[in-house]
Formats: sequence, structure tokens, C-alpha cells
Amino acid sequence: MIRSEILKEIAPIIRDHLVVCNIGLPSQELHMIDDQPTNFYMLGTMGLSSSIGFGLALAQSKSVISIDGDGSVLTNLGTLPTIANNATGNFTLLIIDNGSYGSTGDQPTYAGKKTSLTAVARACGCDTVIEVQDKDLGPVLQAAIDSDEMTIIVCKCDSGNIKLPVITMDPVVIKHRFMEAVKA
Amino acid sequence: MNIDKKITDDLVANDVSFVTTVPCKQLAGVIEEIDQRSEIFHIPSNKEDEGMGLCAGAFMGGKRSAIIMQNTAIGVTINTLATLTQFYRMPLPMIISYRGELREPVACQVEMAVHTKALLAQMHIPTYHFHWQDDVREFDNILKYTFMCNKPVAILTDANFWGGYGDQ
Repeated sequence: MIRSEILKEIAPIIRDHLVVCNIGLPSQELHMIDDQPTNFYMLGTMGLSSSIGFGLALAQSKSVISIDGDGSVLTNLGTLPTIANNATGNFTLLIIDNGSYGSTGDQPTYAGKKTSLTAVARACGCDTVIEVQDKDLGPVLQAAIDSDEMTIIVCKCDSGNIKLPVITMDPVVIKHRFMEAVKA
Repeated sequence: MNIDKKITDDLVANDVSFVTTVPCKQLAGVIEEIDQRSEIFHIPSNKEDEGMGLCAGAFMGGKRSAIIMQNTAIGVTINTLATLTQFYRMPLPMIISYRGELREPVACQVEMAVHTKALLAQMHIPTYHFHWQDDVREFDNILKYTFMCNKPVAILTDANFWGGYGDQ
């Protein structure tokens, strides 16, 4: 499965939760598949999906899912010790690990080579880290959301992209709509 | 006047309840004060752009947030300031240790100090410079200004403000 197929499959699971979605194609795909006020689309700032989602999870009690990529986590590896050492049960980090920088033309990442983000997350002190194959993600993600344990999911999948338009929604509108959904 | 306590008191009085920090020798006292205050959730960051991401999330979660860091971080965070904090219009007080200014003992710090105000000006970030201890009296107003205008705002605090480095 490629990332867009995964997002299509998990859309019903994440629909009612706060979602912070990674820059580029992941946000564009989620926006096209199932736009929700509970989705925060990153239009820039590669690497910070996990940090934004984690800050959000620490600030309020609703469940938060950060959708990240292997390349983006590699950009901001310092996020994993921060998350591990301040764990909060309402946070789920979903790393869609296709071993490539999808939005920039599928250049390979080190996560697709020798580096295991699952092992890195564990070494950083994250207590619950689950590596899962794409087709098995749904139940694992649902269980992570339902549990009181902060969970890091590394979902291994194929690289590949679909053609789709950029998000034209104004960032302030995205933020405002999202903050209203957080408060609701 | 205890400036560590004054800064922390002003943060609390302005409802700032989420603070992330990347340490600096000059900031050790204020970081310790913040860490001890029950009204503030203190989360150390490994890098300043990560910290700004945490602050953005906390802000959207309903908590006023702030970051404490060195001026070297301006070099690290230009992209985050532009594409996250400014693009989405989020308030962010940045309490910045202004290394490389008067009474600085480490020459390399000057190399970033000479760019600091120019970079902040280029980013159109409102910038205040605390040089004398009394300058801290403006901090409360700066916080109110930051949350009024929804912008990142820089408060540069130099070695003279913090009382220098002793005999150095």
C-alpha cells in the first residue's frame, strides 16, 4: 500500500479525533480524502508534525494523532526524547514509513536503509512503540487511540504518490477552524 | 529586584502556562524559577524549532506559550518562524539570551550577535533589548502586546542585564 491508500483506510478511525498532518502530500491527500475541521494541515515547516501534535496533546485532554513521515522524523529526531520523557496518554504518533521523501520525488531516506525508527524511538525512551505493516494498521491505530498509553506507530509501506492539488485554504482559516474544533 | 522571579511572575500574570526552554548559562536562574512554578508546565526542547512546534500546538490547545532560548537559535528557527508562527499568526514571546553583546567573554558568540537584530528586523519581528535590570519593567507590557497582535516577539536580554559573568 502507498500512503494515500493508508490514509483512505484510516480516515474513518481518525475522523473524530484531532489530527496534525505532515507537510506536503500527506496533508494534501488527507484534505482530499476526508477534510475535517479537526484536521490541522501543515503547509510548511518540515519535521514539526510530532512537536505540534505533542504540544497540543499536553495542553488539553482530547486525543491527538500526529501523522508524520520517516523523512520528517529524521529531520527532527530530537522530538523523540522529548516525547518519551514527557509522555501523555492522549498522544499517538503515526509515522508512515515508506522509506522515501515522497513530496520531493521519492528520494530514499535512511529509514528505508539501515536506520530503524522503531529502534530509535525505543532507544529514546518511548515505552510503547509498534512497528506494523500497512495492511494491519487500522486495528493497531484504533487500539492506540483507545488506550491510555502514548503510542508510537511505525507503519511500513510502499513509496508512491498520487497526483492531487495543493491546499489553497488560508493558514489562518485552517488554524481558526482547528482551534474551534479543539474547543468544541 | 530578582529578575528571574519578575519574569516568571509576569508570565504567570499574563496566563502563560506552557514554556519550553533550550538552556543558556545566562538563563539558568529563570529556567529554574519557571521549572519550580506550579502554574507553568515546563518542557525542555532539544532544538529551538522543535520548541516552537510544541508552543504552536500548546497555543492551539488553549494554552498561552513562550520559548526561552539563545540568540544563536535565530539562525536555527527562521523557517519555523516564517512558515509556522507567522504564517498561521500565532503569538510567541521569545525570551532570548543575547550572547555576544557587552560583557561577553566568548568571542564566537559575537559572530551571531552581529546578525541577531538584522535577522529579527528582516523577519519583521518586534524586538526589545533589555540592557539594564530596570528594563525588565517593560516585560509585562511586551507580553500583553504579543498576545494582542498574535506575532512572535523577541526580548533580547544581554549579559549586562543578567549581571555579567562575574570576573570575566
